[in-house]
Amino acid sequence: MKILAFDTSMQACSAALCFDDECYEKYTLAPRQHNQLILPMIEALLTQANCQLKDLDAIAFANGPGSFTGVRLATGVAQGLAFAAQLPLLPISTLAALAQGAWRLHAARNVAVAVDARMQAVYWGQYQLNQEELMRLSEPELICAIDALPVFCDTNVWVGVGDAWANPQVVSQVSDVQNLTAFYPDSYPHARDIVELAKAEFAAGRALECAQAQPNYLREYTVKA
Amino acid sequence: MRVLGVETSCDETGIAIYDSQYGLIGHTLHSQVALHQVHGGVVPELASRDHIRRIVPLIQDLLVQASSPLAELDGIAYTAGPGLIGALLVGASVARSLAMGLNIPAVAVHHMEGHLLAPMLEDDVPEFPFIALLVSGGHTQLMRVDGLGKYHILGESLDDAAGEAFDKTAKLLELAYPGGPALAELAKQGRDGIYQFPRPMTDRPGLDFSFSGLKTFALNTFRKSDGNLHSDAAKLQNRADIAYAFQQAVVSTLAIKCKRALQQTGLLRLVVAGGVSANQALREKLRALAASLNAQVYYPRHEFCTDNGAMIAYAGCQRLLAGESDGLEINARARWPLNQA
Ligand SMILES: Nc1ncnc2c1ncn2[C@@H]1O[C@H](COP(=O)(O)OP(=O)(O)O)[C@@H](O)[C@H]1O
Repeated sequence: MKILAFDTSMQACSAALCFDDECYEKYTLAPRQHNQLILPMIEALLTQANCQLKDLDAIAFANGPGSFTGVRLATGVAQGLAFAAQLPLLPISTLAALAQGAWRLHAARNVAVAVDARMQAVYWGQYQLNQEELMRLSEPELICAIDALPVFCDTNVWVGVGDAWANPQVVSQVSDVQNLTAFYPDSYPHARDIVELAKAEFAAGRALECAQAQPNYLREYTVKA
Repeated sequence: MRVLGVETSCDETGIAIYDSQYGLIGHTLHSQVALHQVHGGVVPELASRDHIRRIVPLIQDLLVQASSPLAELDGIAYTAGPGLIGALLVGASVARSLAMGLNIPAVAVHHMEGHLLAPMLEDDVPEFPFIALLVSGGHTQLMRVDGLGKYHILGESLDDAAGEAFDKTAKLLELAYPGGPALAELAKQGRDGIYQFPRPMTDRPGLDFSFSGLKTFALNTFRKSDGNLHSDAAKLQNRADIAYAFQQAVVSTLAIKCKRALQQTGLLRLVVAGGVSANQALREKLRALAASLNAQVYYPRHEFCTDNGAMIAYAGCQRLLAGESDGLEINARARWPLNQA
């Protein structure tokens, strides 16, 4: 199967084009330049793989949580491309993509993803590897005040991924959990990990018509009085 | 050439298809007025969230309604600024990516160029060169237009835009958001000669505007008079009188500067565009002015005075016909001077 995936939800910008046995990927740290970079990146991958959009089976993208603007940018790009090429869309959690990357890069099986959500809050998701080597949520994702982070006492060895782990307050909040063994606060989603998760979504019949694929902000927007 | 136009710079999602041979093929619009009304103004994040929910379904509906499939499009135009950056990015990302997927050119359009060219969608098309008065919620500008992309700014507001002044004054007269049209409605009940408002910056040469003083003048007039009135009817009449005098002041000021601009340049065509160009009192005043100078005034139709996709499709089509098209970057800028477009 052929999938294009991309992410513009955090400081990195990445895109990947994967076939059954080959994967082309581009990844760059580019805060605030995603709008300039993302389509040229996708175009370069298509050229490199000598492939056209219409040859693909689906398009996947990280639909949040993350920067509101970044998540909407990815959604807009995904919708525009999918609409043009009549392809289904596979929105994938940004936190799941981070967890999947921790398995690929650090062989982490249990991943506590914590992403800075500003205003003393984090986007939080606990992921565990299943038998297909895919990261699955053990508890629903949530947005959580730092001082109310869930304490997850179990006997597994956990790894912390996401920029919120650079915040000492976040670390100290869960410091009583002895088995949180390593932190990777500099991790950002890689599009190739989105592809892995998207393949399973596609196989499970969860692909969406283009307008249906929407951002998952996790945070409701409330207007300050 | 057939062009899809996408407008998401503020609180309307506007989509249209313009064809250089057949004219406007269709257009559709979703207004977020109800969404923002409770907050008394546009909330940028809520605007962006709404745009991304609506944009593709609106395009899909328009294609069906206009029986014009994607495959018939030759280009896509989108508003790249000025406006709310998050809102702009929604339209820009969908439009630019759609064009890439269809393998057709895309062009970033300046929102005010869209407004400026909107009268070109009517049967009676103004010829270049002309004077344009752009009066919207964010802009008040007088310019000389010599051709597509040839915009020379003659004067502009140094503070509030005319529409903004209407909206702020409406708010202090306790009218619901967006107040401009409501104030114009209330002014119809107002009486001539009750209050006399200043005509800011008309006593000195030049074509710049300043409207923030009028809002303060309206506030002071209201505070001084309202407390002395006891019946609801008297209070309402007083507010109508203030609305009338305020509107007269804005309209006269705009007309005085338009007259100057026409006389200075010797041009005899005046194009009026932007949300405030819907104002009836302004239209009457400018009609009389034009008659006295033997000039012509051109307006967009009512629904194209405010934000819409048709003006973007039109402007983009002209740009594409002129041989312009963009790279793969998704363009959006909150600020973008028109003379750099
Ligand atoms: N009949 C009217 N009289 C006065 N102002 C009006 C009228 N209709 C609309 N407006 C004003 O026009 C502005 C909206 O115009 P628009 O071109 O959409 O502006 P922008 O894109 O800059 O927000 C608002 O300020 C609104 O109050």
